[in-house]
Amino acid sequence: MTARALAHTLLRLSPGLTLVVFLAPIVAGLVGTILPAFGFLPALGGDSLSLDPWRRLFETPGFAAALTLTLTTGWSATLVSMLVAIGMAAALHHRPVARRLGAWIAPALAMPHSALAIGMAFLILPSGWLARALSPWLTGWSRPPDFSTVGHESGWPIVLALALKEVPYLMLMTLGALNQIPAAAQLRAARALGYGPSQAWLAVVLPQVLAQIRLPAMAVLAFSLSVVDVAMILGPGNPPTLAVLVVRWLGDPDPRLLFPAAAAATLLLALVIASLAAWRAVEAVAQATLGRWATRGARQPAIGHAADIAAGAGITLLALTAASMLSLALWSVATRWRWSDAWPEGFTSATWMRQADSLAGPAATTLALGLAATLIALALVLACLEREAQGREGKPSRSLALLYLPLLVPQVAFLFGLQILLVRFGIDGSFGAVLWTHLVFAIPYLFLSLADPWRSYDDRYSRSALSLGASRWRVFWRIKLPILLPPVLIAAAVAFAVSAGLYLPTLLAGAGRIATLTTEAVTLSSGADRRVIGTWAMLQAAFPLAAYGAAVAWPALFRRLRRW
Amino acid sequence: MVMSTLHLQQIAITIGGRHLIHDLSAKIAPGDCLTVMGPSGCGKSSLLAFVSGTLDPAFAAKGSVALDDRVLDAEPPERRRLGILFQDDLLFPHLTVGGNLAFALPASVQGRAARRRRIEAALCDAGLEDFADRDPATLSGGQRARVALLRTLLAEPEALLLDEPFAKLDMALREEFRRLVFAHARMRGLPTILVTHDEADARAAGGSVLKLATI
Repeated sequence: MTARALAHTLLRLSPGLTLVVFLAPIVAGLVGTILPAFGFLPALGGDSLSLDPWRRLFETPGFAAALTLTLTTGWSATLVSMLVAIGMAAALHHRPVARRLGAWIAPALAMPHSALAIGMAFLILPSGWLARALSPWLTGWSRPPDFSTVGHESGWPIVLALALKEVPYLMLMTLGALNQIPAAAQLRAARALGYGPSQAWLAVVLPQVLAQIRLPAMAVLAFSLSVVDVAMILGPGNPPTLAVLVVRWLGDPDPRLLFPAAAAATLLLALVIASLAAWRAVEAVAQATLGRWATRGARQPAIGHAADIAAGAGITLLALTAASMLSLALWSVATRWRWSDAWPEGFTSATWMRQADSLAGPAATTLALGLAATLIALALVLACLEREAQGREGKPSRSLALLYLPLLVPQVAFLFGLQILLVRFGIDGSFGAVLWTHLVFAIPYLFLSLADPWRSYDDRYSRSALSLGASRWRVFWRIKLPILLPPVLIAAAVAFAVSAGLYLPTLLAGAGRIATLTTEAVTLSSGADRRVIGTWAMLQAAFPLAAYGAAVAWPALFRRLRRW
Repeated sequence: MVMSTLHLQQIAITIGGRHLIHDLSAKIAPGDCLTVMGPSGCGKSSLLAFVSGTLDPAFAAKGSVALDDRVLDAEPPERRRLGILFQDDLLFPHLTVGGNLAFALPASVQGRAARRRRIEAALCDAGLEDFADRDPATLSGGQRARVALLRTLLAEPEALLLDEPFAKLDMALREEFRRLVFAHARMRGLPTILVTHDEADARAAGGSVLKLATI
């Protein structure tokens, strides 16, 4: 077989191969979770089906509270994020600031959830930066007050931290959906009919956008219901959320706890499925309400104020994100930072120097995993998109739901079973096993961020190059890829950021033997020394931020060099 | 019915130091139409954007717009009560034909049944009986144009701005739709500004014609 024939065969097989790479672990993992939930796990003597794991789960002290906490935090985070993102879009779309919004939210998108959660903890703890900055002159506290923020039984810090991440994500998805409709012209028409800008956006644009951001919104809901690292860092300890409970039981030396853990993971899967169905109902009710509202003909200037309040909340969230980042940075270089001083006494690189040796290994692993996952995912996604462009077959929309599957299935529900399978085959704790679980998430994110730019490529460039006698292969490398380089780099940065921020997949597939900056930072976060935690979380956040920065800067640098 | 005169006073629009419109003043009486003609890029659409309050901040504009003695310059677009017909009908795709019209109908018409009656009467007048529950996507170009006109008029504007609304219709429809638009404008006594590059539009409008040149 010649090299060209081989390349052609690989291209033809790429869609199937890609599907297998990122769907097989999910399917196998789900089976591996559901069977033990009904007592079937021969390695531990469970060779017949029973409801015993469920009985043990329901009898666990605090089970009802854990269930309630899971549902309230997951749903509140999603609803709050949706309302704030929608309010921001409605209030800001007609203002000049809207054009710069994308640049503001990019760093928030790149931040790993766990680094942001740690930074937020540094901010909101009773001895945190906020209390220090406001004490004693405003609060009157001469000592850190005696109440809980982080770990509060209601779980509000989880909701807040998730909103910090999900509002920018939903904003980005909304901005993307806006490109599909003639929003600006429709808004002009609605304003000429007497509607203020915010009401016009809510009545005319939002109903068309809602259906388009359904899958991203569902991904937010599924993620919020099943998040582990954020809930470990900021949530209550006893009882924790269901997802944290599963991870805790998995780490327990008593292997019999695997059975109720499997039942809890399966229950979480059922909760997510039911919640996604409920989301469809919420969306339908919202659509019907918006429709009735529009046809009442009421011009309500007050809507503008309501949207402004939501936008204010959104901007506060962005400010909190920035302050969380800054608090990580400050602690990592602080000499001494006494209670109620707004700033550390001095700055030093001593903590970084002391931590350098222990940081190096996990940093190298993070980099290696991220680069490998990004390159493999990029190769597979580029092959799929090229196959689609050449073949003009396979409706893109049909594969979209499949692409979202890794973002809709709770991580713990399939990673649990996957870990059991990995142990069974003796490959748990290997670099390859962790890399594969990273691909499960890197592929869909990379595909989703690259597909639109790739599909909107003007194919006449390629056709004119072909007519000049260049081969397909050469046209791809010399014409199409260079033209699409900026979105390719951004998509690669997205994949790298996803990989660098993954906690649970790394922890479970790595069997605790593969340490990345994220797994170490989360483990350390319950420890005491904020300077040390600061260095880990800071470096953890620096990797994806640097990847984004490089992705944006590289093409610009290239253009400048070419002028010489 | 309130009938107002639309006053344009000493309007000047520039972009990047280039004069598009220089010292334009006009008085448009109820039912009259001012036609502004010129090739693309001459600033005629910018003039409409200025009058309606949606001019891009990249332009610098001076001058004043008033309906009788109500000065509009500081009013946001939605408070000016200027009905606009665009080149595209811009019917909202997520609402039915009736929904689009109800969106425009003031809330002072209260009650589901009363609103429905008003909308059906308007549709009936325009030869579109039983169209209230139709999806706009199922309508022909001419039908969509008529619904767009109805929608604009139901909002009870005090003046009408026409931004080449006939350009995209084919010949036969264009003639008929022109007649309909100007008949309504005259009947309701709406001062009208028409922007076009089609001489036939100007003739049908019947009022004074202002020709803008490219500079």
